[in-house]
Amino acid sequence: MTAINTISTEPHGRRPTRTFTPAKIMIYGVLAVAALYYVLPLYVMIVTSLKGMPEIRLGNIFSPPVEITFQPWSTAWTSACTGLYCEGLKVGFWNSVQILIPSVIISILIASVNGYALANWRFKGSEIFFSVLLFGAFIPYQVMLYPLVIITRELRIFGTLTGIIVIHTIFGMPILTLLFRNYFASLPTELFKAARVDGAGFWRIFFQIMVPLSAPIFIVAVIIQVTGIWNDFLLGVIFAGSKNIPMTVQLNNIVNSTQGVKEYNVNMAATILTGAVPLLVYFFSGKYFVRGIAAGAVKG
Amino acid sequence: MSHAARPNTLFKNLNAKVAAVPMIATVLIVFIGCTLWTVVLSFTSSRSLPELTFVGFDQYTRLFNTPRWNVSAINLGIFGVFTLVFSTVIGFILAALMDQKIRFEGAFRTVFLYPYALSFIVTGLVWQWILTPTFGIQRVVRDLGFETFTFSILNDQRFAIYAVVIAGLWHGTGLVMALMLAGLRGIDEDIWKASRVDGIPVWKTYLFIVIPMMRPVFITTIVLVSTGIVRVYDLVVALTGGGPGNASEVPAKYVYEFMFRRANLGQGLAASTIMLTTVLIIIIPWALMEYRGGKRK
Repeated sequence: MTAINTISTEPHGRRPTRTFTPAKIMIYGVLAVAALYYVLPLYVMIVTSLKGMPEIRLGNIFSPPVEITFQPWSTAWTSACTGLYCEGLKVGFWNSVQILIPSVIISILIASVNGYALANWRFKGSEIFFSVLLFGAFIPYQVMLYPLVIITRELRIFGTLTGIIVIHTIFGMPILTLLFRNYFASLPTELFKAARVDGAGFWRIFFQIMVPLSAPIFIVAVIIQVTGIWNDFLLGVIFAGSKNIPMTVQLNNIVNSTQGVKEYNVNMAATILTGAVPLLVYFFSGKYFVRGIAAGAVKG
Repeated sequence: MSHAARPNTLFKNLNAKVAAVPMIATVLIVFIGCTLWTVVLSFTSSRSLPELTFVGFDQYTRLFNTPRWNVSAINLGIFGVFTLVFSTVIGFILAALMDQKIRFEGAFRTVFLYPYALSFIVTGLVWQWILTPTFGIQRVVRDLGFETFTFSILNDQRFAIYAVVIAGLWHGTGLVMALMLAGLRGIDEDIWKASRVDGIPVWKTYLFIVIPMMRPVFITTIVLVSTGIVRVYDLVVALTGGGPGNASEVPAKYVYEFMFRRANLGQGLAASTIMLTTVLIIIIPWALMEYRGGKRK
């Protein structure tokens, strides 16, 4: 009898962990509170953007909208004002797209080839240049801004699309080169050696062996660049020129412009629209994003 | 003979050198050239245009006699200390909690990390809205019946910089958590088994065994966060615009204003050189340590 009892209450092997120990409850409690703090701003943004102005003036920022309206969203997109112009955020969106696509492609092309050269074709001095390049990632932009303005002005690309693309390519180089160099260096050297024995040269090995093996790292690089360039403000303000001002800059002009009555719902809709691109990248890329920020934390 | 040998080494491995031309140009012209230009010109009396009339440390003397700069520097100190301490402590605690074999780890991680994907402009504008006294948290608490509750840090010269801290923590703590979690996952499971066998409480194991073992992770995190702190700019522009008055100005904004708005280049260059010096003070010891650590391996 006792034997049976012991067996039934205390099975052999590891005791399955109970889900609701006091310690666990506390852990989940703390995490939930922290999660609430993180989610709340996104919630407030969405809720505010769906209310009409009278409701905003009456209610509080956390209450869900009584009457849902998408008017603020369309206003933000098509006719929100930045100072004199009232053409909406779509202008900034398309400017950002125009800056983003060539910047991402060119910076990744250059950095991947460069990382490959540094990993597999080292030459005298290559490591020194690479060290200084990494060091450069930590230099505040402010230190290099003015001379870069002079250089781009002399090259007649200051305030142009080409100008801002070149600037993004330059400042993306340290982190991307590091990313690609480390990845190519981690591939088995036998591959590289075998290809060399077979007579393949620099470019052939790169395009036929290295690139096909490197899809994950290219994805990480794209994520770093898309979020980084989309979120840029300072470089866009200075180098893009008034015809190409990126979305972040236009957003700030819309929300922080002193003229007119503040339309908080439109402002929040505009803010979500600007954050949407990196947020979508984040939610759909999952582990690649985490890998990217581990490497991309150096950037800024 | 020796004549023929020279071009040989230069053209050896030519493709790799061609591939590295953008990097070499960036390093020499931008990272070294532009930085030196800025440092050198910060010792001149340049106003609206760069000129080579050297005036010694005049720009720096004037800088540290300018109230706006001193406010900026002090703000950076406040912002830096609070951000560093809180993001490290909260980041570590969150990581430690996430490391308890919990359910929904992926969901929690997604939630903690998403602000990091957003720009500082978006972050600043959201928090500006939440902290607006007339509609935000102050209004909400007053509506609950606490009529005299006051939480208007955005409009208060004494506290505006702490609004920047709050928004900055929201943006960046997830990153610290992710780095710390990676560090915790790197700790050998046997350490935990041994401490459990010895009956050491969990908090003691963290404090006296795990954290000391994670020293490199902490140092890297602190260096990354601090160099980010020195550069804080967009967040302030979006959240407070440096106001009320000059109450939440930061050095990066000072540089921008004096270089591009006030045509007082010398001041902007001197201020940016101070920023550079601050970053160097943070990363040189770190770089030396990493370098030595690398050699030991």
